Parts: sequence; structure tokens; C-alpha cells
Amino acid sequence: MAKVLDMMQFLDMNDTAIIKAAVQHLYLSFGSVLIGCLVAIPTGIWITGRDKIAGHVLRIIGTIQTIPSLALLGFALPLFGIGTLPAMIVLFLYSLLPILRNTYTGLTSINPAFIEAGNGMGMNSRQLLFMVKLPLAMPVIMDGIKISTVYILSWATLGALIGAGGLGDLIFTGIQTADANYILAGAVPVALLTAAAGWLLGKAEIALTPAGGK
Amino acid sequence: MFNIPLLTLQHLELSAAGVALAMVIGIPLGYIITRNRMLARAVLALIDITQTIPALALLALLLLWIGLGDVPLIAALVFYSLLPIVRNTYTGLSSVDASLIEAGKGMGMTGWQLLRMVQIPIALPVIMAGIRVAMVTAIGIAAIGVLIGAGGLGAPIWRGMQQMDNGMILSGAIPAALLAIITETVMERVEQGLTPRGLRKVVTGN
Repeated sequence: MAKVLDMMQFLDMNDTAIIKAAVQHLYLSFGSVLIGCLVAIPTGIWITGRDKIAGHVLRIIGTIQTIPSLALLGFALPLFGIGTLPAMIVLFLYSLLPILRNTYTGLTSINPAFIEAGNGMGMNSRQLLFMVKLPLAMPVIMDGIKISTVYILSWATLGALIGAGGLGDLIFTGIQTADANYILAGAVPVALLTAAAGWLLGKAEIALTPAGGK
Repeated sequence: MFNIPLLTLQHLELSAAGVALAMVIGIPLGYIITRNRMLARAVLALIDITQTIPALALLALLLLWIGLGDVPLIAALVFYSLLPIVRNTYTGLSSVDASLIEAGKGMGMTGWQLLRMVQIPIALPVIMAGIRVAMVTAIGIAAIGVLIGAGGLGAPIWRGMQQMDNGMILSGAIPAALLAIITETVMERVEQGLTPRGLRKVVTGN
């Protein structure tokens, strides 16, 4: 009971700090994933049908993914200093693989009969891409975006280590002061945001599935 | 100032210890849940949820609970390694073609023989892929272990960040990155080697 009261008091005293950290966290995560989408989706479209290049690109992005996050932050620090920018660059790099891989998989696994049908209707390649291929691949692409977002929301806590703020700041303060309240004040909102993002993007995935494919 | 080869070895040992313990728990668990679909769904969903807990937060909580050092780090590594290992053991074993199991039964194999001579060899590459993902993840998380006083290559990176000493940062970051990349490559090779000869993909371009 005393612990609960203690925590209530803690929340009461720190609510603005927690909200501020959560907003920073969302900005950091969604910003990175958004840039990730802007780079990965066009790249995924471009490598479709270019098997050799696709293999190389996926291998390089896959290798970046295996690099430990602290090491990647370590590489970013000398290049970009401390703060939001280096953290976002690292998170952006991590967000690429699931989006790129799913864009590529989604586009390459389309039933060739649909493409034939489009061709037969006299569609040019642009129309084919925007009216046939992308709508059909959309659920798979959205799934990639969901995976990226969920992971990035969790990894963004490490941004605190190079001064990018976010909910990781609270956790890190908790480590330094051995105070469970701070740790939970950072960890619980991250878990909630992750669950909410996963749920919302799952809904979006269903909504974006073409009516004929449901 | 830092003994990098020693720290690299330590880093690998800590990661391997976490993954090995997760294998001891995760492979039998993955097998048990193939026998009950409801249980499988519940276990996989539960493990899935736990994966969204940020590593930094879990390490912080384990620090309060267990204290400083390598032990809380290894506990966290076991925790994060379970998902890929349980999931891939389950997927690998349950995706064995039913006709192959039938063929084994038809040859008079006992349940144990069936598991040892048919199901496990066929599932092995998938299980190995799970272990590989777990190992690469573990190497990544072990680097953060420095924040709770564990050993490994996180120390030079973190100390370097605090002192704004780029050389020190890179002396840890480069071997840590190489360790992860080399581990991934080597384990991928092992995985290919473990695929039963009859199941290796024939290069026909589909």
C-alpha cells in the first residue's frame, strides 16, 4: 500500500515530465519510421525485378540491422554529435529492413495473372504500379511498417544515452538513482505506446487490404 | 587502456551463456507446445508481448531486483532469446510435412524415433535460424549491459561517449559490430550445412 501511495505521489509530481518525455519519444520514433518509409518503399519498388541488385541491397541493409545499437550510436556520435539527430539517424537505419523487405516481398509475390490483366487493359507501367501492384502489396508493406514501428518505439529508449530525450531518459535516471518509480515511469508508457501502435497499424493493414483480397 | 580482445571474448561468452540457457528452456518448450494448439497460441502471444519491453527498461528492473553485474545481464539475454528460439522450434516442428510423419509411422518408428530421426532433422535449420537471431540480438543487448555493470564491449563505447573520446568509442563499437556480423555469417553457414540433403533447394530459379 505504501508503495502504491509512493508511486501515486511520484506520478502526481512528475506527470508533466512523463508527458513531455512521451511526446519526445513519439516524435523521435515516428519521425525515424516516416523517413524510413520515404526511403525504403521507393527503394523496394526500384529493386523489384532487379534480382541481383535486390540481393545486394537487402544484404547490406540486413547487415546494418545486425550491428549492436550501442555500437551504431557509437558510430553516429563522432559524426553527428549528441542529441536528436544522431539518435534519429540510428533509428532510421534500423527501421529500413522490415519496410524494405516487405515492400520487395509484397511486390514480387503478386500473382502474375493480375499484372497480365493490367497489361491486357492497356495500362502503362506507372498505372500498373499504382493501380495494381501497390494496392495488392499494401497489406504486406503495412505489416513491415508495423514491425518497424513497434521495434523503433522500443529501441528509441536508447536515444537517452546520447541526449535525445524521450522515455529512455526516465529509465536512465532510474538506473542512476536506483529508483524503480523512474524506471516504471519510462517503461510502462513505452509498452503502452508499443501496444497501441501495433494495434492501430494492424487495423490500418486490414483497412488497406483491397476489397477483393479480403 | 581497455583490453579489447579480452572484452570481445567476454562479450561473446556472455551472449552465448544467455542464448544457451534460453535453448535449454526454449527448445523443450517449443516442442511441448506443438502438442496443444491453444497452449501454443497462449505461450507465443505471451512471449510476443514481453519482447516489446525495452531492453534498457528490463535491464534497469533486473538491476534493482538482482543487483549489478553479469547475472542480471544474462537473465535479460535469456528473456529476449526465448522468443526466436521457442517460435522457431514450434514452427519448425509443426511444419514437418504430415506425409513424412506418416511414412515414419508406417515404417514402425516409435514416437521417440520419429522425433529424433524425422522431425528434428527436418526442423533443425529453422531452429538454428532462431538460435542465430537470438545470438545476434544477444550480442546487441550485451553491449547495453555496461549500464548495469556487466562486462563486454559496451564499456569502452559507453566510457568513450561520456568522455567524448571518439577513439575510445570506436575501439569498442568496431569490434562489437564485427562480432555481430561475423556471428551472423558463421551461423548462417552452419544453418545451410544442417539442412538435410534431400531438402536443400535445387537451383532451378523456381
